[in-house]
Amino acid sequence: MAVVQDVHGHHDHHPTGIMRWVAATNHKDIGTMYLWFSFSMFLVGGFLAMGIRAELFMPGIQILEPELFNSFTTLHGLIMVFGAIMPAFVGLANWQVPLMVGAPDMAFARMNNWSFWLLPVAGLLLVSSFFVPGGAAAGGWTFYPPLSTQGGIGVDMMIFAIHILGASSIMGAINIITTILNMRAPGMTLMKMPLFVWTWLITAYLLVLAMPVLAGVVTMLLTDRHFGTSFFNAAGGGDPVLFQHIFWFFGHPEVYIMILPAFGIVSEIIPTFARKPLFGYSSMVYATASIAILSCVVWAHHMFTVGMPTVGQLFFMYATMLIAVPTGVKVFNWTATMWRGSMTFETPMLFAIGFIFLFVIGGFSGVICAIVPIDIQVQDTYYVIAHFHYVLVSGALFSIFGAVYYWLPKWTGRMYDEKLGKLHFWLSMIFFNMAFFVQHFLGLAGMPRRIPDYSLQFADFNMISSIGAFGFGLTQLLFLYIVIKCIRSGEKAADKQWEGATTLEWTALPSPAPYHSFETPPVLK
Amino acid sequence: MSQGTGHYYVPAPSKWPIVGSSALFFLGFGAVFTMNKMPVGYWSLAIGFAILIYMLFGWFGEVARESESGKYGAQEDKSFRWGMSWFIFSEVAFFAAFFGALFYMRALSIPWLADAEHDLLWPDFAGGWPTAGPGITEQFTPMGAWGIPAINTFLLLSSGVTVTLAHWALKENRREALKLWLLATIALGVVFLGFQIYEYGHAYADLNLKLTSGAYGSTFFMLTGFHGFHVTIGTIMLIVIYFRCAAGHFKPEHHFGFEGVAWYWHFVDVVWLGLFIFVYLV
Repeated sequence: MAVVQDVHGHHDHHPTGIMRWVAATNHKDIGTMYLWFSFSMFLVGGFLAMGIRAELFMPGIQILEPELFNSFTTLHGLIMVFGAIMPAFVGLANWQVPLMVGAPDMAFARMNNWSFWLLPVAGLLLVSSFFVPGGAAAGGWTFYPPLSTQGGIGVDMMIFAIHILGASSIMGAINIITTILNMRAPGMTLMKMPLFVWTWLITAYLLVLAMPVLAGVVTMLLTDRHFGTSFFNAAGGGDPVLFQHIFWFFGHPEVYIMILPAFGIVSEIIPTFARKPLFGYSSMVYATASIAILSCVVWAHHMFTVGMPTVGQLFFMYATMLIAVPTGVKVFNWTATMWRGSMTFETPMLFAIGFIFLFVIGGFSGVICAIVPIDIQVQDTYYVIAHFHYVLVSGALFSIFGAVYYWLPKWTGRMYDEKLGKLHFWLSMIFFNMAFFVQHFLGLAGMPRRIPDYSLQFADFNMISSIGAFGFGLTQLLFLYIVIKCIRSGEKAADKQWEGATTLEWTALPSPAPYHSFETPPVLK
Repeated sequence: MSQGTGHYYVPAPSKWPIVGSSALFFLGFGAVFTMNKMPVGYWSLAIGFAILIYMLFGWFGEVARESESGKYGAQEDKSFRWGMSWFIFSEVAFFAAFFGALFYMRALSIPWLADAEHDLLWPDFAGGWPTAGPGITEQFTPMGAWGIPAINTFLLLSSGVTVTLAHWALKENRREALKLWLLATIALGVVFLGFQIYEYGHAYADLNLKLTSGAYGSTFFMLTGFHGFHVTIGTIMLIVIYFRCAAGHFKPEHHFGFEGVAWYWHFVDVVWLGLFIFVYLV
């Protein structure tokens, strides 16, 4: 789309030094803070993962006592989901949504800052819970009762951390929805929005729907723990399974909260590097919406083994498998976009293609897990671990890496080191598969998750997996180096660094994007 | 998109968010410590609340001043409308979780606990509603619907009418009527809360109905308690709006601050109808 935009040198007074960040109302500053916070939490969660894999390197108990191991798996999950993946996507939305719809900033700039500054408080509650008597929560990231009703002070810290994270997410989501619905440049109708914006609109809707339900269920957990209610206590007429229902009513939309923005990112990157418009734009929008709606009625597929009427199992099985249809539409469209395109393989494109390839593996193992008789076999085994790491690491995380490489030139005005970027991709690709592909076999052979020790026949695969995990962890330090090198000494990037890019941030703004952009809305022709 | 002032108003850097975060830091840790019987928690909670109140006054005050000085045009107004709508939607989702728990217990978990399979475990448990569950032997009397709850329903429904009358008065610039109807709404809210407090006292003192009274006690107190908390917030919001009206704020064509509170009040009203039907009546 052709665009006329006057970027006049506007020099607003804004504080410098630490107050620039603490008091920020600028979507770019806040986006940057989100991304750095996310990366720090990624390192913390990664450290916990390294601990888990180090313990599982060999059979027997070597490094982590079982109780601490449980805390490690629990906090690894919570920190990666709420501290790393979600804030990374919100950070990307902060940077990109206003740029892509031609808005001067987010709709609620101060609330935007609050959404961010709640995260360090919650992060502190989570991380410091390792050092309180009894240690951090150890009932798994899904904190099912009765384990979570019996745990110590660490569980309370987790509960309040989740409350604060929920408040942050809800405010962030409301901000994003309002920005998208109300701040688009004149002429940008809904069906002309870039797909990243569309997927975030739908994700934000899921957040507003799901996060309060999580807040509700952790509140019930809290009152069961401290005030004598009986929500999850059968003696009082409640049911621990009730927790699972409410938790997964949040938890399954949450899964799509962590993957829909990834779909959006990939839908931006692939057309750019295939130099063709996205194939089937409107079907992409409808597929995203269908996935979001279906995601609200499939929650009990996480609970096939807790005891459920057969009709319930059948409903949740078929509803879950139905999600493969709109997801298939998306994969088909991405592939069709690449078909006969003039493709080049810069780092963002590598991550996008890696995403499609590995996410489809995670999607297939998801359909397999949706089949009740199979799920009963693989429930709580490493097969499930492998499945959701294929969608969350090589899905969500790979798309975030792709997005960072794709937009770094716009954010910093400098290019990253292409050679190192490609090295980062290939090392990530190899080590990721080394760490997680073998876990499919471990799971099928019956190795249970969340257990620090295992029987001897699992030893070889576990060692391979651990070596892969260590390699993957180290590789991410290379990513940190690449980003810092880009910011400090990267070559000057062009205003339109990617010749195939069509969205506003590339066509209407210089690189780096000015501190205040689109103060007068761009005119779309 | 129409823009009142030509540019969308992007506020200058602000200290309020970080003030709010430090409040939640003290509140979060304070709540954890208090619930684990550590006296330092009370101090932390007190500091947290103090900072929170400071932030609410400061932040809302700033927004009110910006609004009155004409910084918000039609587009900003629309943002506030979207924002408030989605906030209320999130509140609906929060209450839905608790209603879901109530329906689940009544329709599924309690009948299961009373069925033939559980005869070995709980031979004397007959199921039915209201119940404290099979393992809690202390007797209680459930709360009737046609006493205070029915009066409270009437009070809240009337308050929905009075707040609408206040809104009409505002739109026709009849300031005295506006203030009068707002005061009436506030009074109805306060009386509602008074009755609610009395009802809780009655439940504990006379009916032996407590938060610990199993499924019934849990859902009764948590649902009505969170609703009462929302009524309290709504009443405080109405009081703030009353003082803003008294100070000459709001114009017939520009008064989203008022409307947002009115929306919230109607939302609280609708939740109560759900409570009256599903907690008290059936």
